Amino acid sequence: MNSLNKRLSAEKRFQAYGLFAVALSMFFVLILMWKIFSTGSGAFVRTTIEANVFFNPDFIQVNQNSLEKELYRASYVALADEVVRQNHPKLNEEQFIKVREMYTRKFDYQLRDYLLDNPDKIGQSIIMKITASSDLDQIVKGNYPRDVPEAQRKINDYQLSVLDKLTSEGKVSSVFNFWFFTKGDSRDPESAGIWGAVMGSLYALIICFSFAFPIGLLASVYLEEFVKPGKVTDIIEVNINNLAAVPSIVFGLLGLGMLIGVIGLPYQVPLVGGLVLGFMTLPTIIIASRASLRSVPPSIREGALAVGATKMQTVFHHVIPLSLPGTLTGTIIGMAQALGETAPLLMIGMVAFVMEIPGGPLDPATGLPSQIYLWSESAERGFLEKTSAGIMLLLLFLIIMNTAAVVIRRRLEVKW
Amino acid sequence: MIYFALLILVIISYLFYFVGKKRALNLKFNGNIKLSSQPDYFGYYVVLMALIPALLMWFGLLLFKGNFQEMFVMSPILFPDISTWSDGKLGLILNKLNNLSVIVNLPLDDLTNGEKSILNMASENELTAAKKLANFDKIYGWSNLTLFIIFPIILGFLATRSISGKLNAQPIVEKIITYIIKGSSYIAILITIGIFLSLVFEAINFFRYVNPVDFFFSTGWNPNRAFVVDASEGFDKDDLENAFGFIPLLTGTLLIATVAMIVAIPLGLMSAIYLAEYASKRVRDIAKPIIEILAGIPTVVYGFFAALSLAPFIKDVGESVGLPVSAESALAAGLAMGVMIIPFVSSLSDDVIKAVPQSLRDGSYALGATRSETIKKVILPAALAGIMGSFLLAVSRAIGETMIVVMAASLRANLTFNPLEPATTITTQIVTSLIGDVEFDNPKTLVAFALGLTLFLMTLLLNILAITIVKKYREKYE
Repeated sequence: MNSLNKRLSAEKRFQAYGLFAVALSMFFVLILMWKIFSTGSGAFVRTTIEANVFFNPDFIQVNQNSLEKELYRASYVALADEVVRQNHPKLNEEQFIKVREMYTRKFDYQLRDYLLDNPDKIGQSIIMKITASSDLDQIVKGNYPRDVPEAQRKINDYQLSVLDKLTSEGKVSSVFNFWFFTKGDSRDPESAGIWGAVMGSLYALIICFSFAFPIGLLASVYLEEFVKPGKVTDIIEVNINNLAAVPSIVFGLLGLGMLIGVIGLPYQVPLVGGLVLGFMTLPTIIIASRASLRSVPPSIREGALAVGATKMQTVFHHVIPLSLPGTLTGTIIGMAQALGETAPLLMIGMVAFVMEIPGGPLDPATGLPSQIYLWSESAERGFLEKTSAGIMLLLLFLIIMNTAAVVIRRRLEVKW
Repeated sequence: MIYFALLILVIISYLFYFVGKKRALNLKFNGNIKLSSQPDYFGYYVVLMALIPALLMWFGLLLFKGNFQEMFVMSPILFPDISTWSDGKLGLILNKLNNLSVIVNLPLDDLTNGEKSILNMASENELTAAKKLANFDKIYGWSNLTLFIIFPIILGFLATRSISGKLNAQPIVEKIITYIIKGSSYIAILITIGIFLSLVFEAINFFRYVNPVDFFFSTGWNPNRAFVVDASEGFDKDDLENAFGFIPLLTGTLLIATVAMIVAIPLGLMSAIYLAEYASKRVRDIAKPIIEILAGIPTVVYGFFAALSLAPFIKDVGESVGLPVSAESALAAGLAMGVMIIPFVSSLSDDVIKAVPQSLRDGSYALGATRSETIKKVILPAALAGIMGSFLLAVSRAIGETMIVVMAASLRANLTFNPLEPATTITTQIVTSLIGDVEFDNPKTLVAFALGLTLFLMTLLLNILAITIVKKYREKYE
């Protein structure tokens, strides 16, 4: 009897181990998500300081009649300094430098962009919300502690006193950070945006799709419909299975060695990135598409052939349309994987500092995951937030793509 | 320009479909000619005839653009000492000329100050070459446009004219499509060959500088030694000795992969067993997708997590019990990688466990065994081969994983088996050697390909082994 009890408690223990393993794995998902969301949510707002801006034509060397090009070319640095002096009167030079540091370095561009939209404001005064520097932003958000010795703070006591004065006057406010979604990368965390990387990834995915989808579909059609199982198909099959398990970094080396080194395509462009991702996605698409073709019942083919269709007509008019939902599902899942791949992008140079938003697959660009990597390598606290926010955006895209795949499968797939 | 041209090509071929079809219909109804194919096929025929040569030629032009450019611009008259230049210098000059060619023909007023200073710094010969390059780009652009418009139109009309009662379009079209389909399926093989060739060629170049025996058996890894010397002057033998030793990278990779497997195997296998044998359908339907989320999260996220939270956490814990833990310990990278691999192990093991026939379970229960005894004594031994196969696939995955180790592991080589110390991996070093300046004549860059080749062969071996084992196992129970 004793031994039976022992066996039963062993049974209980074993089951508990299993439950523990499942729970722990689920716990990891939770903690990962929590960490990302708690560090990243700050990136969606930015701190601004309200200031009185007088667009003094003397400082920017333009007037009401200036052309847009002249407005664009003009230097706004002196005007930005003047705005700071006017809003904080009676500063000595040292204090001025400290106060100027509280506003973003790109202050002058903000003034320029405003004037480009409203050229009639030259010579007039307006009240504007100027973006604060990243360090100030972090203090306001509470990410930097205030109660540490001055030497350990990025913001010194004087700046804190100015900040407190501005806060008590109600001039410090948080606004939704549109810049994060509309701008390219920047050296300053407060004006860095992810849109350039999103576009880079988008172009790469378009190239990836236009390469991998047609070729994957046709290859699977050939293997399933046109060729009898034999040596050639065996070789191709083994090859596809192995290709699916090759580390992604090796595909990156292929891109660097072949596409850039031998063929001479340019470095750090989405075209090469997309092709490399396409190479990686191809096996996934072929495997999914073959499974989908196999699930189309032979009666469809026989019916088409019996009424006089050629093999080609049978396949293209009947079999492929019926198998398409499965192929598309596989393609979307493959593309979602490709979107998250970073290592190949690193190899072909899509990891440089790019400020401009790429206008096509031949412009230098970064991708979404490589931008995340770039930001994560930078030391400033402001970029930490951006990294997490970038990850949130990436995960959002992945969720959308995977949901789309599930929906396509549920809605369109025919069950035989 | 090129997108515009491609768009035009698509429109032209679409129109030609109707032209061909129309002509066929015309012949059929007005000319009373009996056609040997459906009118559609004449449309397809014309499209293929117009499209394929244009696309092939465009591809050729794209492939050899660099060569044409060099022939046209980099003449020895402008650059007398061009034959002595290294590839790196040639690339730099070409790059400079490219930048110049964009601005060289613009009026001075439109230039920014930076662009003006670039112009002023360029020599007379460089300016001439840049103008030539600008001309070349113009000619190249126009020739592309011609290729995309005039060439297909001529071919399309010729093909349209050739439509007659005698032309049997259907077999021709089907034959061409068969070739296209066949070609597509060979592309997968071409990619493998491409991987192999590009790795092997550059690896051979690397082994010209570094003795393979030194590479595979030496224990020192300091590739920066090769960086300080100028590539064109050749390398000092002493500099390269002990600069590229593979052993510490291998041990680092294995160390981190071992940590990862220690996390992933028990958790993954126990999850799979629990979900396959114990859990109710409802629990399974909820838990399985959640665990599989772990597989869908990009590795850069794990890397960020490992570097930001896990590594400091482990360091603190270690220090609180008096253990010296490095901030870039192999443990942190290995743990994060282990979490990433859990769903990989669990879903593969799940398949394998489900494939064990029910009769084996029933037999065991009939003898009075408990569930856990059945699992431990019957199911796992029966599924052992398949489970081993899935472990091997997971190991291959761990060895090839890049982002986690790039972000969380150390860059400095360290020959150690202590997971609390920093260690570097093969993939980390591939990335480090390729970030920054890529020079194909410096062993510091080329070593990436030698490492890549080794990595490729290692993972290939593991995969083939794993796939064979799993396949054998499946056949056993089918």
